Amino acid sequence: MDWAYFLQQLINGLTLGAIYGLIAIGYTMVYGIIGMINFAHGEIYMLGAFHSLITFLICQAAGISGILPLTLLLMLFVSMVLTSIYGWGVERIAYRPLRGSFRLAALISAIGMSIFLQNFVQISQGARVKPIQPLVEGGITLLDSTDFHVRLSYMQIIIILLTFTLMVVFSLLIAKTSLGRAQRACEQDRTMAGLLGINVDRTISTTFVMGAALASVAGMMVTLYYGVIDFYIGFLAGVKAFTAAVLGGIGSLPGAMLGGLLIGLIESFWSGYLTIEYKDVATFSILVLVLIFRPWGLMGKPEVEKV
Amino acid sequence: MSALLTSSRTSGSEIVKELAFFAVIALMMSVMILGVKTVDRPTGLELAVRWDLVVIAILSTIVGRLALIVRREHLSRLGQAILITIAATTVFEMFVRFREMDDRMAPPVTLDMAFSSFASVVVAIILLAIVFSIAYFTVRKPGANEDDSKPKLSAKLQVGYRANTKKIGILGIAFFIMFPFFFAGDRSAIDLATLVMIYVMLGWGLNIVVGLAGLLDLGYVAFYAVGAYSYALLSQSFGLSFWICLPLAGLFAASFGIILGFPVLRLRGDYLAIVTLGFGEIIRVVLINWYDLTRGPDGIGSIERPTFFGLADFGRRVPEGMVGFNELFGLEYSSMHRLIFLYYLILVLALITNFVTLRLRKLPIGRAWEALREDEIACRSLGINPTNTKLSAFAIGAMFGGFAGAFFATRQGFISPESFTFLESAVILAIVVMGGMGSQIGVVLAAFVMIGFPEMFRELAEYRMLIFGAGMVAIMLWRPRGLLSFRDPTILLHMTQKEKAVGETK
Repeated sequence: MDWAYFLQQLINGLTLGAIYGLIAIGYTMVYGIIGMINFAHGEIYMLGAFHSLITFLICQAAGISGILPLTLLLMLFVSMVLTSIYGWGVERIAYRPLRGSFRLAALISAIGMSIFLQNFVQISQGARVKPIQPLVEGGITLLDSTDFHVRLSYMQIIIILLTFTLMVVFSLLIAKTSLGRAQRACEQDRTMAGLLGINVDRTISTTFVMGAALASVAGMMVTLYYGVIDFYIGFLAGVKAFTAAVLGGIGSLPGAMLGGLLIGLIESFWSGYLTIEYKDVATFSILVLVLIFRPWGLMGKPEVEKV
Repeated sequence: MSALLTSSRTSGSEIVKELAFFAVIALMMSVMILGVKTVDRPTGLELAVRWDLVVIAILSTIVGRLALIVRREHLSRLGQAILITIAATTVFEMFVRFREMDDRMAPPVTLDMAFSSFASVVVAIILLAIVFSIAYFTVRKPGANEDDSKPKLSAKLQVGYRANTKKIGILGIAFFIMFPFFFAGDRSAIDLATLVMIYVMLGWGLNIVVGLAGLLDLGYVAFYAVGAYSYALLSQSFGLSFWICLPLAGLFAASFGIILGFPVLRLRGDYLAIVTLGFGEIIRVVLINWYDLTRGPDGIGSIERPTFFGLADFGRRVPEGMVGFNELFGLEYSSMHRLIFLYYLILVLALITNFVTLRLRKLPIGRAWEALREDEIACRSLGINPTNTKLSAFAIGAMFGGFAGAFFATRQGFISPESFTFLESAVILAIVVMGGMGSQIGVVLAAFVMIGFPEMFRELAEYRMLIFGAGMVAIMLWRPRGLLSFRDPTILLHMTQKEKAVGETK
């Protein structure tokens, strides 16, 4: 019984962690390249959730929601494309004009952007929670004891597999393509990269777009997994994903994923074994502890202070 | 010169291409979030289509972009101003349509609603006039160079402001002291002024942390909450009066500041920001869940109102052993007395905050804060202990937050975790940054812009926060260093006598 319960929490935690990890990658990439927290990233994730929800409803209205794989692919595709454009817009409006200005200005404009997007969605889509019926049902019963069943639902399998695939694709993108090389160059020295003929503006835009695409996938997963979204989900998820990015070592892609998984596991075990009310407190306490003892995160490199 | 201009001018086809690009972007951004509305039905979610909104969004984007092109190419000043105004009108039209859609579901139109739509029309016309004049007068004339011999108006204003800060400050204080006399009968005006004053005080408190010491604190509201709850709980559990609790609330908040600050102040800016944000959330979560102490989401009600320095009471029915305020001074009873007293109370508290800040700046500790903000490594090599210095800024800032919190609790008579969300922290930080970090008068100005205006346009209801967010972005784009922006240290090593005079009066 104990082991079964543990296993169940492990599965739930990994699923949750995969979602946090996907959002965290957006933070880590943006921080890596321009050295700033993208405060509106949580809202981008929320927009991703709304885009996928509306795509699903359109599919339903068009009568093709019966063909499940097609619906899921459409949701994924539409939400990634449309949400990326919001990511692009955030960079264009709130970050680009303030690049090179002093740091707090960009932070404030990003907070303003986040408030704007949140209220924009609240006004245009209504403030009430949006429920949808579960799309992917069923699962595998892993362990069948007398009083407790460990279940791995198909949705959880999809989430973990999709996250894994996206991770591999994006790691390859950064490691192998010229775009990834440009990004890494800008990360190290923006001026030098610009002098060597890299279009810095475009590279930074692409970084925001990539982060937004991943966040939108996370948004879609949450819509499918929990079946309820509202305009306010972006804030807490955003903060936790940032915690994950810091925990893993900001600027490091695998670090963000690892951090996400850890935060997911901590949250799930804390709610499973201790109190569910204080799970957010647990997450933040971990963040504080990490920052005190290992400020560069689990997989980041310690920063050398330059005079 | 004209050859230079024509060479940089974009060709017609390029302009069309650019416009088409932005039209597509606008289409993709609006097609789902604006174009389709999810409607709750008993059978589940359904969709309602609103293509008109998408069309308007695309139109306003195209017109706005065209205006920017005209502006960039120095084509026609009037033309771009008109185009920007048209774009603003279409955006406004979108809001009106939103509103109409909501009203269809609302109960039949009442007089109140008619008035509110009339008011919004007036507001809209004023706003459009402002938009037009800003667009018309801010454009750079073709060929105007950076090294223009004629000083700009804004530069002149800045010089004037810097030379006369003291006078402006005294005038401002005089205005705020006289304020209740002008609006003696106007309940809502005094209430609004009190609210603005609370934020001025919070802004000044946070200014110590952010503006002087350069520490980015996103969880300032936590200290505000600690102050409010410590007054409410002390007053309810031990029956202590407001005047005893006020210093205690500040003390509690300051010790929370030290407890939080001690481990995290070694961190660099952004990490500090996120940890303080996390701390703000922790406090809120604890307030919600620790039901036995804080009564959770229900909040604490009927908190004792302040007395007149323990001498007299403001209530209609005076408790045993107390004198009524009106009896003490031989006045008619009026419920306005308490409001005006509260206003003066927060005014005095805020001015104390300001005074302490201004004095602290001249003490070694204040100098150390500013030095630390400018260059931490240099400070360390000169033997300043960064942790202790930062900690003192954090604790003093927190203390003023605690005072403001206690005042908030006694003014509202009811507090709940709802009042202490992250948004509140963001608003206070925005006030500080928009005011121009470190500028005390800037904070007052920004508090008016951020709190006063939105409260005045209450009838715009849910659009308030939307405009608030957009305004934050716009002000940052317009003046990244804040409305009144100087951030030089109070003293510099090689400073002329005149500069010194200006610097000291800041």
